[in-house]
Amino acid sequence: MRDVAVVASMQRQEPSIDNESEVEYMVPLMHGVKESIGITQADVGFTCSGSSDFIAGQAFSFVMTVDGTNPVPPISESHVEMDGAWALYEAWVKMQMGEIDIALVYGYSKSSGGSLRDVLATQMDPYYVAPLWPDAFAIEALAARQLIESGRVSLEQLAEIASRSRDHAASNPHAIRTAQKSVADIMAEAPIMDPLRPSDIPASADGGCVLILAAGDRAKDLCDRPAWIRGIDHRTDAHTLGVRDLTRSMSAKIAGQKAGVGNDKVDFAELYAPFTTSEFLLTDALGLGEDTVINPSGGTLGAHTMMASGLIRIAEAAQRITNGDGDRAVATAGSGPNLQQNLVCVLEGE
Amino acid sequence: MSKQRAAVIGVGQTKYASTRGDVSMAGLVREAAYRALEMAGKGWSDIDAVVIGKAPDFFEGIMMPEIYLAEALGCVGKPILRVHTAGSVGGSTAVVATSLVQAGIHGTVLTLGFEKQSESNAMWALSLPSPFTTSINAGAGGYFSPIIRRYMEYSGAPELIGCMVALKDRQHALNNPYAHVRDKELTFDKVVESPMLWDPIRYSETCPSSDGACAMVLSDEAGAEAHDGPVAWIHGTAMRSEANNYGGRNVVSPKASEDCAADVFAQAGITNPRAEIDAVEMYVPFSWYEPMWLESLGFAEKGEGWRMVESGATNIDGGDLPVNCSGGVLSSNPIGASGMIRFAEAALQVMGEAGDHQVEGAKKAFGHAYGGGAQYYAMWVVADSKP
Amino acid sequence: MSGYQQDPKIKPTALSGEVTMPAAIGAVEQVQSVRTPIAIDYIATPGASLSAYLRGMKQKKILGDKCPVSGQVFVPPRGVSPVSGQRTTEMVEVSDQGYVESFNVTRLPIKSRPDLNPPYVSAWVVPDGANVGSISLVAGIAPEDVRIGLRVRAVWKPDDELEESAANILHWEPTGEPDFVLDDLRIIGKPGGQQ
Repeated sequence: MRDVAVVASMQRQEPSIDNESEVEYMVPLMHGVKESIGITQADVGFTCSGSSDFIAGQAFSFVMTVDGTNPVPPISESHVEMDGAWALYEAWVKMQMGEIDIALVYGYSKSSGGSLRDVLATQMDPYYVAPLWPDAFAIEALAARQLIESGRVSLEQLAEIASRSRDHAASNPHAIRTAQKSVADIMAEAPIMDPLRPSDIPASADGGCVLILAAGDRAKDLCDRPAWIRGIDHRTDAHTLGVRDLTRSMSAKIAGQKAGVGNDKVDFAELYAPFTTSEFLLTDALGLGEDTVINPSGGTLGAHTMMASGLIRIAEAAQRITNGDGDRAVATAGSGPNLQQNLVCVLEGE
Repeated sequence: MSKQRAAVIGVGQTKYASTRGDVSMAGLVREAAYRALEMAGKGWSDIDAVVIGKAPDFFEGIMMPEIYLAEALGCVGKPILRVHTAGSVGGSTAVVATSLVQAGIHGTVLTLGFEKQSESNAMWALSLPSPFTTSINAGAGGYFSPIIRRYMEYSGAPELIGCMVALKDRQHALNNPYAHVRDKELTFDKVVESPMLWDPIRYSETCPSSDGACAMVLSDEAGAEAHDGPVAWIHGTAMRSEANNYGGRNVVSPKASEDCAADVFAQAGITNPRAEIDAVEMYVPFSWYEPMWLESLGFAEKGEGWRMVESGATNIDGGDLPVNCSGGVLSSNPIGASGMIRFAEAALQVMGEAGDHQVEGAKKAFGHAYGGGAQYYAMWVVADSKP
Repeated sequence: MSGYQQDPKIKPTALSGEVTMPAAIGAVEQVQSVRTPIAIDYIATPGASLSAYLRGMKQKKILGDKCPVSGQVFVPPRGVSPVSGQRTTEMVEVSDQGYVESFNVTRLPIKSRPDLNPPYVSAWVVPDGANVGSISLVAGIAPEDVRIGLRVRAVWKPDDELEESAANILHWEPTGEPDFVLDDLRIIGKPGGQQ
């Protein structure tokens, strides 16, 4: 595997960005991150992005945003209709061939324009499930119910996850749900989709993230302590409700094994866990123990920007490695109902 | 680590039609996938990863349909990657799938493009009303016709060159049983007399809307060598993008198109494309784009592409550079698959598997796709021998 | 080996088996399609530049974005310059006269504009002071007389009907001035910056 590292990133997340279009708020991040390490688009060998037309409410929505990359003269570029973490994966694959040293990756969405609970319901099987219009929280609550009934996790444990995420989010300037709340207070919350309480669900945000990958010596030139990608893999579970065991994440488990999560101690993990239950599934599947700090940024319970949240997990983990807060981190990205798809990335400082 | 060799060992397509009401979306993709797997002599368990492409999700009214298609595509427990780069997506998807093999990540990859436009209303999907602009643009033809007008005036091409391309591609389609539009009765006069939709584009110079899927099985070098059947070796892949509206942009031959072609031909060691390429599958949704791309891609001198059309050089029957022997996008257009069909048909040519539209002895072929405001490009060169 | 691709009517082997139905429903006619209408409401936000543009429209002003590096002026403004990859910071007013960059004569009706009777001229109009054009309706001239380079001016709605809308320009009509002569028919817009 060729050595490729995250060398810089920028993000923005807010409850709703009302006075700027997607491209208007992404350009300062795209331009800014390049400027921060002294490169221009001409130094970038490959550009890749992730976004969703259904969230934007517009076909070919990514065409508007590509102007922000400065594609004059033309650039080598691609787009996935997935979280930006998969755009990072595509770029990482490209870099493995040894022809490209620097890649720019971004993901973004402005989900405040439409009801995300309804929008995400259109991901369900179009013949058997989607016509019933189950909203996205209802699907998640079904899984949460199964998980609690299985006896493997309690409502108290989920409240602890929510409370700790709020504590961590309080020190993250990009988080939007930062008010601290005790386990007891969360236990007292009225469920919004029983058994899910307001603190169990993601803090939906508008925003995006831009990140730069660099290979080998180029990475060392651009960053004092690059966050090296030592393993990266992604997998999908079955979609059909009732086929999958919703109390376990097979896809995260396989991806974690392939990425080598268990090969050494994990100092901290940034997990794409929109719901408290998702965090439980992921820590379980990845075998993360007491010695791993989970979601030091506050995770997606602190701020959740669809199509960017997975990429932001990688950016957050990389930034902490670069800062010297730890030597080895895991970041994940997810997609689909009940975290049907998972990507796992292992980052190291040396 | 350096780039590994990669090859196509299986190609599968569905019959293209305006409505494939006999199959669900899952049924449609499986039909193409099974044909590709059977040609490759592979089963689902041999596939390491799936790379899927399609155009806007609004075409089917399903957000990220690959999520629902996980079981149908046999990828439970495997990686699935979903590409979307506008009209070029089918080509881009094949390029991304190729890179997984070339990077040494996977040995056998299934790649697939599809569109089931009949599941939704494509005109609606493409014209979701924006409250901020006034729309007078009737679909893609409305956008591309002013560019075609520029080409016509710039090149001084005779007015009916587009009609010649339209007739040629529809005649080619008669030799391709998978093609959507197969009109034995079509004549040059009928093309010329067909109604103007977006003057200078006539109805018969326009692509149809189709349901359909196209799949390929890609393999690493060891797998391709061990394969008991025809193989198309991938000699080069490239993608380029540019902005669609800025002062000084060449819309007749966009820089991204020229750069992408230069890149892919350099990778394949091709210095004289017209002499060295035996079959071309290019993305021509409106007939005039054939002479325009011939020039942009370096098959013809600037301003002279129409002369190749006029002389019959791009006709499978007697031409030295047969273009779109499958009938092209003008004969079948499941948008998300249209680019992949170009790539797959190029592969079939060098595999000697193109049936009645086979170019005799084809050794090197070129696949091409474009999208957006003629701003996204994907291309590849395949050959019957190793690079 | 050959002949893999010959006959689309022959199903792949794996799909050639028959599906057997329980006897109890064997005689029931198969469902060929289901209709599942989907409706999602979105609140669209124009963004900063387009907002300013729409406010300008209410005052019969056409506003564009100026690229801080190249000086190119983009209309309608999107807040970004693809030429420099930077956020535009300066807005400038451009003329409501310009030229036809290229055009088509549309001869089919479109759903979103029932008021347009084909044939109508859909043109790219570049306003004076802007570097690029956008798709605009040209009227007040027979479609067969429209040409590349034709000088046109905006025809506005009556003052008391003006809104914050691009629809304030009803269409563009010929000014009668001599045609603008394009240097290179392959190139759109003006490459240089605006003073």
